[in-house]
Formats: sequence, C-alpha cells, structure tokens
Amino acid sequence: MAIKRRATTFLALSMTTALLVAGCGGGGEDEAPAESELYKNPVTLTWWHNASQDGPGKTYWEKVAKDFNALHPTVTIEIEGIETNQLQRTRLPAALLSNDPPDIFQAWGGGEIREQVEADYLKDITEQVKDEVANIGSAVEIWQVDGKQYGLPYRMGIEGIWYNKDLFQQAGIAAPPTTFDELNDAVTKLKAINVIPIAVGAGDKWPAAHWWYNFALRACSVDTLRKASLENVFDDQCFVKAGQDLKTFIDTKPFQPNFIATPGQNDPTSANGLLANGKAAMELMGDWNKGTLDTVTEDQEALNKFIGWFPVPAIAGSAGDPKAALGGGDGFACAKNAPAECVEFLKYIVSPEVQKGYAETGTGLPVAKGAEDGVKDPALKSILEATTSATYVQLWLDTAFGSTVGNAMNDAIVAIFAGNGSPEKVVEAMKAAARK
Amino acid sequence: MTSTNPTLDLAGGASAPPAGPRPARRSSARAAETRRKWYEIIGLTTPAVIVYVMFVLVPMGFAFYYSLFRWRGVGPPTDYVGFDNYVLAFQDPIFLDALRNNAIIVFGSLLIQGPIALGVALLLNRNFRGRTVFRLLAFVPYVLAEVTVGIMWKLLLSDAGTINAMLESLGLGGLVQAWLADLDVVIWTLLAVLTWKYVGFAIILLLAGLSNVPQELNEAAAIDGASWWQIQRHVTLPLLGPTIRIWMFLSMIGSLQVFDVIWVTSVPAVRSLGASATMATYMVDNGFFARLWGYGNAVAVILFAISFVAAVLFQRFLLRRDIEGAITRRAN
Repeated sequence: MAIKRRATTFLALSMTTALLVAGCGGGGEDEAPAESELYKNPVTLTWWHNASQDGPGKTYWEKVAKDFNALHPTVTIEIEGIETNQLQRTRLPAALLSNDPPDIFQAWGGGEIREQVEADYLKDITEQVKDEVANIGSAVEIWQVDGKQYGLPYRMGIEGIWYNKDLFQQAGIAAPPTTFDELNDAVTKLKAINVIPIAVGAGDKWPAAHWWYNFALRACSVDTLRKASLENVFDDQCFVKAGQDLKTFIDTKPFQPNFIATPGQNDPTSANGLLANGKAAMELMGDWNKGTLDTVTEDQEALNKFIGWFPVPAIAGSAGDPKAALGGGDGFACAKNAPAECVEFLKYIVSPEVQKGYAETGTGLPVAKGAEDGVKDPALKSILEATTSATYVQLWLDTAFGSTVGNAMNDAIVAIFAGNGSPEKVVEAMKAAARK
Repeated sequence: MTSTNPTLDLAGGASAPPAGPRPARRSSARAAETRRKWYEIIGLTTPAVIVYVMFVLVPMGFAFYYSLFRWRGVGPPTDYVGFDNYVLAFQDPIFLDALRNNAIIVFGSLLIQGPIALGVALLLNRNFRGRTVFRLLAFVPYVLAEVTVGIMWKLLLSDAGTINAMLESLGLGGLVQAWLADLDVVIWTLLAVLTWKYVGFAIILLLAGLSNVPQELNEAAAIDGASWWQIQRHVTLPLLGPTIRIWMFLSMIGSLQVFDVIWVTSVPAVRSLGASATMATYMVDNGFFARLWGYGNAVAVILFAISFVAAVLFQRFLLRRDIEGAITRRAN
C-alpha cells in the first residue's frame, strides 16, 4: 500500500514536470505590424495601472483613454487599476510569466525593468520615441537598459523633507536647514518646544531605509552608485559609511518613540498623520506626499498653510555630489507582442498636453517639458524646481538594485533603526541577496 | 473487499443470497454488482478528485519543483540549485524566529484557549436567562473577518490607543506597553489577539460536544450522590474527549498556518526583524516582496511538510480511537 502510494506521488510529480516543460515551449511568436498598418485594424489595448483607488488619478486615466479613442477610433482601451503591491508583486509577474500580459502596464524602472528585458518581456521602443525622450530629458534613463528605451515615465520627482512652517517658527528656526549640522540644530530646538522633530514610518521599512539611501548618496560618488545599480557590486566603503552616519543620526533621537511600528502613510497613527496633524515637524518623503497628507489630515486648511518642503541637507566634506538627489517615478511599458498602437498610446500619455492635465490632478509631478504650468501647489513647485536643478537623480536604491537586494537592504537598515543591526551587516545582507 | 467481511455479512444478512447450487450465476451477479459499485464510486468521486488534483496536488507538485530553483519569477526557472533553498531557509535566523513564533502560537493557543473554552462551555451549558445572548457574544469574534480584527486591534494597541489609555485611567500606568513595537512583547500581544479571535470557535465546538453527552448519565451520577464538579470531572469531561481532541487538531493546524491576523496587525518592519513573523508571513515576505520565488516555494514546502507531519502524528497517536477503522486500521 505504502509503496503504491509513493509511486502515485512520483507519477503526479513527473506529470507536473512534463506539463511545465510543455508550457514553457509555447510562445515566442513575433508579429510587429509595419508603420503603415497603424490604426487600420481595430485593436484593443489592455492597460494596467496602479491608480486603483477612486480619485483624481484614476479618473484622469479614464479620460486619457477616452480621449485617445476619440482621436483614433480603431483603438479601444480596456483599463484595470490594481493596487501597487498586488500589481507589482503578483499580478504583473504572473501575467508576464503566463505569456498573457496586458499590452501596456506600469513600469517602475531600474533593476526590475532590467530583469524584464532580460526575460524578453518588453518592446524595444527606442526608435519610435526619440522625440519624447528628448523632451523628457535625463529621467528616461531609469527606463533604459543598455542604452535602449523600454518604457517612458509620466511622473518623476525627487524626495526631500516636508516640514511644518509654524512649528519651525515656534522653535525659532529661521530658515530650512541646508546642512546636516543645521538639521541637528533644528532637531534640538524642536525638542525644546516638545514636538516630535522628525516622523518616520519605519514600520513600512522603506520610509526608514530612505534615510540610509540619502546618507549613501552623500557618502558615495555617482560612479559608485551607477556601478552598484548595474552590477550589484557593493564593495565600496561608502556603503558602510552610510550606515555609520545613519547610526550617529539615530543616536541623536530625532524620531518619534516606538517608530519601529509606525506605518508610513494612509492612517492617522502613521508618520504622515503625525506631520499632517501638527504632532511632528518634519518627514522625509517623495513628491507624492501632498496627496497622502491630504487623506490623513484633520484640518485641510491648516495643512495647506503650514506645509513646506526643502531638499535633503548636504553633509560637509563628503564624497558625494551635494546637488545630487534621490528620486523615482512611475512609467509605462509595452509588452513585447503588444500592437504598434501601444507605443502610440504611450507617446500620447507623455505628450505635453496630457502631462499638463496630469499635473493639474495634483497626484504627482509631470516629466514632459511644457507641462510645468499644470503644477499649482507651492510645495510641489519647489520640488519641481529642485528636480530640474539637481545635477544627478539617483533612483530609489531598492528599485535600482532590484527587489531582492532592495528588500534585504531595507530589512538590514530597519535592524539598525531597531538597535540590533550594524552598518557592516547592511552591506553583508546586500551582497548575500545579490547571490540569491 | 468488504463483501467478504463476515462482520458486514451479519449486518446485511437479510439480503444475502440463499445458498444454492448455481455458483456460476451467482459469481457473475456478484461481478455485475461489483462493477456497478465501481461505476458509482468513479461517477460520484470524479468531480471531487479532479478538483483535488487540479487545485491541491498539482500546485503542490509545482511548488516542490520550483523550490529546487534559484528563481526570481522572471522568465521560466532555469537555475537548478537542488535543495539549496531549503538549506538557506534553515540558516536564516529570521526563519528560525518564525518557527519559534509558530511554536509559541501552537502551544499558547492550546494551553490558553483550551481551559478558557472548556470553562465557558460548561457554564454556557447550564440553564440560565440570557444563555443564547452569551453564546452569541462568545462566538462573535470568530465570525468577524480576520482583516477587520487585525485593523481593530492594531488601532486599539497603538501607543496612543484605547488599551494604553484604559490602563492609564485605571491607575495601571505601569502596565502600559508598546504592544506592537516592543520586539519582545509583540508575539505575546499577537497570541492574545489570536486567542480572543479563536476562543469562540473552541467554545462552540465544545458546546456541540456537550449537547451529545447523554443527560441520563449526569442524572445517574447525581442520584449516586456526585456533586456538580464530580459529574463534570468524571462523566462529562471523558465523554467530551473526542471533541476536545478534534478541536486541538484544528487549532494546531490553524496555528501552524496562521497568516492574516499577523499580517494585518503587525507592521512589515517588526515582521522582518523576526519578532512577529510566522512561516506563512515569512513565505509571502520573501516569495513576493523580495521576489525570491524559488525560495518562497521552498518555504511553502517546509510549511506543508511540518503541518503534514504534525497532522499525521496527531492522528496516529491522539485521534486514533476517534477515527478507528477509517484511517488507522484496515479491516481484517
């Protein structure tokens, strides 16, 4: 009986394997219609984006799809808005694996797009989007692999410190800090008036990790960071230095108590909630923060009045470029076998008019020149200025290094925050993950 | 098989064919009977078997197959690494933390929920006004969705949350804790939440068991002069044995695989430090968020193996007399 059962198990396993091998054999047909064929036959484009919640972002994409259909009646666009984590971690990878991906979908650039290109999932659009690339500028590099363009951004911004102008005034801080010494000084003054100097959503890991990224950006040269992104090499001592600087900073106790369990955004107990409701004076966050602060504030008018933004301060005597900034964006890419109309739609999304409309929704900063007028919010305007004047924009390190290294890195940084990690362990974890 | 069993013939004796001199026909009739029975078995079980194979066995086979690869979910798996992923898992201190946390939840649930449920069930089994209301209240947490429970407790247990505020105003300020942030406390906090959530299930199960205890036995014991406590201890409890064992089994398997309440109540940072991770949350954190698909599958297989072994051992040694004949022993 026992032997028989084991044999059955073996049979089931080998059948599974056979199925799998057969499944992998299919696919791979390549049918790109010629330019002249454009808009001749009716096509349906499926579009997956991450504006899943009802709001201006989602509504705007619906409008964009409708407008494009009005311009080109042969193209019908089917939209699906999927929550970011679900989209990025499960839905998209599964759809790509099963050879049945959406035609146009959210692409975050960096290490992820590199892996997708290596697996031959994406359409090379270098030739078709030359004009758009010229108009967007250096931000497009994040969606490039080996000099070829595989996607285009529609939102891009650098991160900085969002702060409460009223609390700064009460604490007697004359101007936003431009160096870390000044930042430390501000922290002391804010403690004196009994507010939390800096809120950090360490519970979600990445908001804490971004502090380390900024120390790394200050400690490492641009070349070192480029090499790390491309080859996952982390031998340079500057990565250890980043952890040491972070540890020194954490030891000055600038953050709220029990930050290890504070979520980043989306609920009143989050770091966002602390800043939005006047309990904390600062928060390190990206350009999307205005929108998320709005959702957790108790007094929208007060928030609009007191909120301000300044770039991450420089560290005196460090190797990194003081005008370099960390940033990131959102983009779209076309699946390898998507119809040619997909690229046309992508170009339409990043055209100045559509970008201007996007900027007006207030959900993020546009990338195309000619869309700047759409940005109305003063805080967002200062980010736009800083983004344009940054000498180098480093993509969020966890995105740049790919999910595997990024996740291990974030975990190890969080351990420093929790008091049981070390600067060396962060680098060790990154190297170990690169081999996994 | 069973038709040759003499004990069964006793039961079906009335329909047994009379002894006669026509063995050939009799055996062909019997063959037809057997065939009909097999058609019945095949016809009735096929849909279930197909579903079971498609959605249980095949995915399990896939999981095992994928677990042998270093694979990040992009392109088909090609980098065969044998059992490396399994070795990696047992070398990761966070995974070992997750195992420890699962053990705490398994034994903590049994030791805490068991006595509470038994006590409450015995109380609720007596006749008093409002019994139905109390029964309902005891069962409410179990009916609530896991995510609802998770968010509710997350808010109640936050630093400025209701629990700490209540402790303060009761003059118990010394007991105020960072319930979800203190790395040494969080797993016990979660155990308390899980207990609150699942004790209702144990109560309902035991109440059902109690209603099967014949009233006559209690009466007989009472006539013999046994006190209420003696009756519970020597009559009710032994008769409740099968129910208690089934509950222990379900509780154990549930505790090994616990995911949603932990996932929602405890933030990613605390999980990634090992303080509140369980095998299932570790699997999702590593499989999807670190994009280590091969590794995640290996963890899934380990989780399955541990649950399977635990289930088999439990059935073999503790459930044996309850399910005798069905699984553990062949008729002979």
